[in-house]
Amino acid sequence: MAQYDRKTIEELIDGTIDFYKLKEMLSNFKDTDRFDKYISILQERVPWDDPILLPAGLHLYIVLKPDGKRVVKCDCGHEFCEASDNWKLHALIHVRDTEEKMVELYPKLLAPDPEWQVIREYYCPNCASQLEVEAVTPWYPILKDFEPDIDAFYNEWLKRPIPQVK
Amino acid sequence: MTITEKTIQSQKNIGWHGKTLKQMRKEIDEISRETGHYAGLKTLPLKESYPIRYEKIFSKLRGGVVHARETAKRVAASPIVEQEGELCFTLYTPEGDSIVTSTGIIIHVGTMGAAIKYMIKNDYEENPGIEDGDIFCNNDCQIGNVHPCDVHTIVPIFYEGELIGWVGGVTHVIDVGATAPGSMTVGPVSRYDDGYQVACRKIGKNDTLLKDWLIESQRSVRTTKYWLLDERTRVAGCHMIRDLVLDIVKEEGVDTYKQFIREVIEDGRRGFVNQVKTLLIPGKYRQVSFVDVPYKNLDVPPYARVNTIMHAPTELTVHKDGKFQIDFEGVNRWGWHSYNATPVSITSGIWVMMSQTLIPNDRVNDGAYYASQFDLPYGSWLNPDDIRTAHSYAWHFLVSAWSPLWRALSRNYFARGYLEEVNAGNANTSNWLQGGGYNQFNENHAVNSFESAAEGVGASAVRDGINHAAAIWNPEGDMGDMEIWELAEPLLYLGRSIKPNTAGYGKYRGGSGYETLRMVYGAKDWTMFFMGNGYMSSDCGLMGGYPAASGYRFEAHGTNLKERIEKRLPIPTGGDSDPDNPEYDTLMEAKEIIRDKQSITTETIFENYDLYLNYLRGGPGFGDPLERKPKMIEDDLNEGLLLPRYAESVYGAVVSKNEKGKYIVDEKATEKRRKKIRKERLKRGVPVKEWMEQERQKILNKEAAVQVRHMYAGSFALSEKFANEFKQFWNLPTEWHLSEDELGVPTFGAKINHQKKTG
Repeated sequence: MAQYDRKTIEELIDGTIDFYKLKEMLSNFKDTDRFDKYISILQERVPWDDPILLPAGLHLYIVLKPDGKRVVKCDCGHEFCEASDNWKLHALIHVRDTEEKMVELYPKLLAPDPEWQVIREYYCPNCASQLEVEAVTPWYPILKDFEPDIDAFYNEWLKRPIPQVK
Repeated sequence: MTITEKTIQSQKNIGWHGKTLKQMRKEIDEISRETGHYAGLKTLPLKESYPIRYEKIFSKLRGGVVHARETAKRVAASPIVEQEGELCFTLYTPEGDSIVTSTGIIIHVGTMGAAIKYMIKNDYEENPGIEDGDIFCNNDCQIGNVHPCDVHTIVPIFYEGELIGWVGGVTHVIDVGATAPGSMTVGPVSRYDDGYQVACRKIGKNDTLLKDWLIESQRSVRTTKYWLLDERTRVAGCHMIRDLVLDIVKEEGVDTYKQFIREVIEDGRRGFVNQVKTLLIPGKYRQVSFVDVPYKNLDVPPYARVNTIMHAPTELTVHKDGKFQIDFEGVNRWGWHSYNATPVSITSGIWVMMSQTLIPNDRVNDGAYYASQFDLPYGSWLNPDDIRTAHSYAWHFLVSAWSPLWRALSRNYFARGYLEEVNAGNANTSNWLQGGGYNQFNENHAVNSFESAAEGVGASAVRDGINHAAAIWNPEGDMGDMEIWELAEPLLYLGRSIKPNTAGYGKYRGGSGYETLRMVYGAKDWTMFFMGNGYMSSDCGLMGGYPAASGYRFEAHGTNLKERIEKRLPIPTGGDSDPDNPEYDTLMEAKEIIRDKQSITTETIFENYDLYLNYLRGGPGFGDPLERKPKMIEDDLNEGLLLPRYAESVYGAVVSKNEKGKYIVDEKATEKRRKKIRKERLKRGVPVKEWMEQERQKILNKEAAVQVRHMYAGSFALSEKFANEFKQFWNLPTEWHLSEDELGVPTFGAKINHQKKTG
């Protein structure tokens, strides 16, 4: 079974990993301790202490608060909502629904036609990171795209208790 | 019936232990369902007792089917098969479950299995009979196919009078005699326009193709030479694999072989569950995709002249026990176009995708199918309730409908730290340059350029997507050599280059697409058409990345290129790099130059010296573009992947050129500009709940283009659940309703309407 040191996983996160190492990772069986190493690196890097239960996207984490609530939190510290809610409903949105707004992104003939499709950008209200982009028809409901069963994941698959607040 | 009669009857049966194939099919289904294990195998005695022997048999079979594919494809003359590898061979159990497959277009693992199951269900044992040396053919979509141009050859394998399996071979043929030339014609709106359809027909006996079949089939398609050699390819491969199986049976004994084929499928099922538990997280993951069907002004029958959008919402559920379920609830109705799909093309196609991500190994067989569940609403574009549907370009939306599944899986990989597996999605694998007429050799001919087998790959969470590299439907994607395409098509290359700004932007961008400029030369009575997404992008970025660019078409008719070439004047070459500032037009005169978002067309006449731009799409991006490293932006600019004005507006880069003409990105100034852009985002961004109120008003007023309303109405009619969830999300009054009838467009074929039933 493959094993990678902490430095390799850090390079993977930073996108500085050597191509051949990456190729080896893709071709090999997976390293079973990846999740632990990954979470420990992420936890070390964020400027707050709430335990990370699960990464929920680039910059986003589901964390455990001292009162036992599970919250979606940006690495800048902004807390969106409880994990059972959809964080996108608590973000800032910019909708590209006109040709003028589309051509900021693509030459006119390469851009979607806003009568058919709009581009929705979701920003963190604190650090303004663009956390998600949707390309949907007008009127489309905002999907809750990530709804992990954290209890089952820890208890039944990882076979260990969920991290607690220290 | 007396005992003697029964004995005689069972002696005639070709299944195991005197059973019929129908009995065997029923038994395997029942025991697999009851026990949760394929064929009821709770243990794998052969594998567990003789692991090396088990692996040896597997390796021989797998090596053999791959070898058969590699060897047999040299028989073909069609570059689609010979250059692009659009073929595949699969070995099946007597009941039609797949055991092992070759490389290539492995979607047909399922489709040929469906054809075998159809023959079993329809008592082919009785009539027309299944005997050693028989050859069967199928390309009927509703029986088991993706589109009619994928033609199956199926051969039974007998050992001492007993059927021990089947082998199937498929190639993508260049023409099936549809309404217009080319394998995936645009224009068919019903089955009866889709071309020659062969419904599980016996076409050969004693290993010899029947004369009436050879005559009829060659008179039914435009490209007879390719058709004939493709068929020889399939027959050769099937016979190689049949010989291989019989050799293994001789070596290992028939009982061991029979045990092996059961165990290897159960092993595949277990392997899939194991992969799910290793890489994913139990839970629900939702995503959606769309593609445009702009038919309003197309030359098709009046009831098909409707602008609409195909809709593919998917909910992936990863169950605690490792079961994998994909629910398509909310998909909209099938349509009068050739982009409909069949359930087997959806399920098998998803395995093509999974073999490139979740199960990237050689154990692709029906085991994974037994570990999963697909919910495919009846009456929708992926499970039509009408025999009339057309399917010639089912891939138009299949490729798009799977793209969101990459995002669902990737969110799991990302959360578990397997960042190397993250992929923002797959490109829309278009444009398809197709057409035909009389070619440069004065032969009746059709073309389908498989340059589309090399599109931009989605970005990962670690690096950019690979440029012009792959197509979801064939894991061995290749754009093919220009020299070979020029032999196969009366179209000279005036350019083949990377197309800037086609990759979805992001911290890691998608792979770039490319474009080729073709000039018609040496053709007669020649037509061509375009086939791809235009008004919409069919993928989406991931975690802050943008979708790949959408499509457009460029064509020029009545040019003065002949004169310009004779006078040795400059002519358009290379790419249409910046369609906002076109250069081709300055290098020629033409009666008509078309640059348009309408990227689906029916047959258009092309004269010699007319131009056609084949633009192959890019892949979607990952992460916020403001986090892209300046050096990577610099490389994009210098390699021609990005137009400078978008380096500034999308990436916030401050760009200049050095004395050698190379682009330089100023890191400090870029950092400053990015801070400014972040401030602008906070200024222009509105709280989502405020925006939702504005959007709600638009919905209440039914303010949206007709194609958008048509899409929703088609989904609401098929799914009350989707309609209710939509109304609930937007907090719409219960009486709010949107139906197909109120849109003022034809509603031919709209039978199911669950909303109507409940008033």
